[in-house]
Amino acid sequence: MEAAALLEGTAALLPHITVLVTGLVVLVLDLFLPPRGLGQAGSRWATEAVSLVGLALAFACALAQAGDEPRAVFMGMAVVDGLGTFFNAVFVLIAALTVLLSAHYVRREDIRPGEYYALILFATLGFMFVGSSSDLVMMFLAIETFSMATYILAGLLRDTPRSLESAFKYFMLGSFSSAFFLYGIATLYGALGTTNLLALSQAMSAEGTSPLLLMGMGLLIVGLGFKVAVVPFHMWAPDVYEGAPTAVTAFMTAGPKAAAFAALLRVFAQGFGAPAFSEEWVPIFAVLAALTMLLGNIVAIVQQSVKRMLAYSSIAHAGYAFVALVAHNAAGAGSILYYLVAYTFMSLGAFTVLMIVARRDDQRHVFDDYAGLGATNPALAAIMSLFMFALAGFPPTAGFAGKFYVFSAAAQSGYYVLALIGVLTSVISVVYYARVVILMYMHEPDAEAPRIRLAPTSVAALSVTAFGVLYLGIFPGGVMQLAARSVAFLFPG
Amino acid sequence: MTWPLLSTVVFLPLLGAIVLLALPRRREALMWGWTLGVMLVTFAVSVVLYAAFDSSLPSMQFSEQAAWIGGLGITYHVGIDGISLPLFVLTTLLSPVALLSAWQSIPTKAKEFAVLMLVLETSMLGAFVALDLFLFFIFWEAMLIPMYLMIGMWGGENRLYATVKFILYTMAGSALMLVAILALHILNLQQGGGRSFDLFDFFALDLSLQQQKLLFMAFFLSFAIKVPLFPFHTWLPDAHTEAPTAGSVILAGVLLKMGGYGFIRFCLPLFPAAATAFAPLISVLAVIGILYGALVAMVQPDIKRLVAYSSVSHLGLVMLGIFAGNLAGLQGGILQMVNHGLTTGALFLLVGMIYDRRHTRLIADYGGLWRQMPIFAVFFLVVMFASIGLPGLNGFVGEFLILLGAFEFNRGFAVLAALGMILSAVYMLWMYQRVMYGEVTHEANRGLRDLSAREITLLAPLVLLMFWIGIYPSTFLRPTDAASAHLLEQVRSRAVLAAPVSAALTPRPFPAGEGAVDHAGGQTP
Repeated sequence: MEAAALLEGTAALLPHITVLVTGLVVLVLDLFLPPRGLGQAGSRWATEAVSLVGLALAFACALAQAGDEPRAVFMGMAVVDGLGTFFNAVFVLIAALTVLLSAHYVRREDIRPGEYYALILFATLGFMFVGSSSDLVMMFLAIETFSMATYILAGLLRDTPRSLESAFKYFMLGSFSSAFFLYGIATLYGALGTTNLLALSQAMSAEGTSPLLLMGMGLLIVGLGFKVAVVPFHMWAPDVYEGAPTAVTAFMTAGPKAAAFAALLRVFAQGFGAPAFSEEWVPIFAVLAALTMLLGNIVAIVQQSVKRMLAYSSIAHAGYAFVALVAHNAAGAGSILYYLVAYTFMSLGAFTVLMIVARRDDQRHVFDDYAGLGATNPALAAIMSLFMFALAGFPPTAGFAGKFYVFSAAAQSGYYVLALIGVLTSVISVVYYARVVILMYMHEPDAEAPRIRLAPTSVAALSVTAFGVLYLGIFPGGVMQLAARSVAFLFPG
Repeated sequence: MTWPLLSTVVFLPLLGAIVLLALPRRREALMWGWTLGVMLVTFAVSVVLYAAFDSSLPSMQFSEQAAWIGGLGITYHVGIDGISLPLFVLTTLLSPVALLSAWQSIPTKAKEFAVLMLVLETSMLGAFVALDLFLFFIFWEAMLIPMYLMIGMWGGENRLYATVKFILYTMAGSALMLVAILALHILNLQQGGGRSFDLFDFFALDLSLQQQKLLFMAFFLSFAIKVPLFPFHTWLPDAHTEAPTAGSVILAGVLLKMGGYGFIRFCLPLFPAAATAFAPLISVLAVIGILYGALVAMVQPDIKRLVAYSSVSHLGLVMLGIFAGNLAGLQGGILQMVNHGLTTGALFLLVGMIYDRRHTRLIADYGGLWRQMPIFAVFFLVVMFASIGLPGLNGFVGEFLILLGAFEFNRGFAVLAALGMILSAVYMLWMYQRVMYGEVTHEANRGLRDLSAREITLLAPLVLLMFWIGIYPSTFLRPTDAASAHLLEQVRSRAVLAAPVSAALTPRPFPAGEGAVDHAGGQTP
């Protein structure tokens, strides 16, 4: 490889490299800062500051690439295009918000900041490479990168059996799904002799469908379905989300999910996007989307723990985004990106409140712990209500705008039944989201329920997410236009 | 550019709410004063709007349109015509009245209450003037949350059940409407109309009868639940019984009108052929509602529940008028919606006033109140007569017009509806007799305080309007003339185009009347 090409490739991957370097700096910094005593506070601030500055730089680099001509780098392994750039920005945003909302949690639960933030950054690096990969092998490596990081994150509370169970389950089932994904790649290679997505799509157009090809496609659906936690590949999600440290759960509902959707868009909308192939996978996706929306929302009703309820809610929301994938048109692809941004704000915001209410040892997660929050902590309750109504899809919030875009894309492709299932399951979802609001405002608080003092970083995280939820709900046009422009190349003409 | 008067009225309460959030929680008097002031200013501006309204024009006035969400062609498009104007002003009037009624009966979380009232007012006003279906849906859904919280936070014993039922019923209806709105959008796109959610663009759509019927049903469910039309009414008595007085006033006075308004504004002109085809069926449901509501009201032991069921009965009458398909029925329906807002609003206020004193709403717990609270009894008497349609009061004018329209449409329906009115006199007078007359049967009722100045201030404007509408209804009917005639013309011309055999809507020349537009030409079977 020539020096010029290497240089160009490096420049193209500047956002990724910035995140990688930030992660390494945090890791190394942790070695030199005192882990205990007076220096501990300083080392926490230092790692957080470095992470946020690094992420801000990466965000700037990602923005600088907006509008660039699509180009493949590193011998066709990675690609710089609108889709990748948009996802880079989203992933960096998720990471930054996670750092912000974790700051209080890390102190309270006494988590070593170095390893925690470094793992968040490495996972983010994995996400970004998923979004930018144009080769299935590269995508596999990226998925493994973020998966490894999140396995460890899930088990971060080493003394808590639930956290360990969560990590172990996640690891076992995650590896299993990776194997499916890898087997799918191998099968496709066997069928067409390449793993590069562009080459695959050209070869498929030339040769048409074959049983081997369909099998490969099916295996990829299973592999990625696990990562998105779409029904019936969702079994791991509730247990893992419930057991993991709450800050990590927040990160997991936003990051890996968005990365898996990036992979789905790359593989299915881009690679298998031609009509001859899409008519093979779109019906399958339609069934998966319907099942996911139904099961996620119905099972969420009977949960006793708010955290577990939000885990099922996260499954349900993946179902809504899946509907946009089924639509398989330009509006649908754009609305997936929009939905992921909207969901990021709603979910991270809700989990921030969860973390605050859970108090020390991360225990208080049942519904009754929210009783009377409106009386003891009016501001916290108000903001939680906002997130709940947004998740339920009430206007004027991001949740409504996102669903509106998704369902209108589905209607445009004629999937009225799917849109109908979507809106009806949204009505079902009101039952369990409203339950939180009911408890907060319409029940008396516990006698000993104290007024909770909010850490400044938590206030910042809540403000940013609440602003995002409202802004995206009232003025959705701008972000949607960005999203539509980013994916325009997938559906030319 | 002229000053956006309409948006000013719509968003003033919201601005007030934002300022209110910043006011300190301890300064309660300041908070109440501020909220009331904002609402009164809003009312004043809306009266200016009413005065500046040109009632000779059938078109939208004070229109404003601005790009909003470019990608989908969604615009901020608002405007007001003779159909929405009376309801719009009713909203700005009832909001301060409802707020004032809560002055002393909301012991906790007063700040939350005031904020919710203001947000609710903005969303109601917005829904009445929105001309873009996306915008309408936003306001429509946004109304739910404050109402839901209001019932849940300050409601009675069984409030949780009532709130969940309320929100699920209304959400289920609007879910289907959302899909129908999306379908209209896509149809518009397919027919080359570009991306739009504008009502006027949708009027130009070419829909087959089958498409119209499907879309009509989706809208119908949403509005029928809101009205509420029998058999979609079961959420209403629960919600009313549990809601605080202010909530009941707003719910009965304005929120229920959204349903009737939705039928007039969207269902009739968008799907004229389907509306024509379904009119007989809907009228049957309306007549069942009139009789059923009245009969059930008769046996209620709880005054508030009685008033709630009387709403089911009265709104059935409104629906009958709207779907009669002639000018008298439509205008009567619009006027009767305003009347119902005034009288039922006042009834809920009165019930709330004795509830504040005695903390019971059971008829059996009262008796002989006439001597104890004479002012109260007089107000109650007037409002009750307005409700049962005594000539000289507002209810009579509306009911008369509706029955006139219904008679033209189908005599059987008119006869049955008139029967319902007789029943309404029975349950109201019987309730009044048991509560007011006779000896004092419960010692607790002896020496009850009569109405305070605040309470009289609340009721006076409503009672004044009841007399005004009853004696000189033209003030309120005239603005609706042109718009109603225009709407019927629109429905009739397009219904005939789309479905040549339209037996159900057979308008005949409306007998002479002020401002009535002769639109003869319909065939008679």
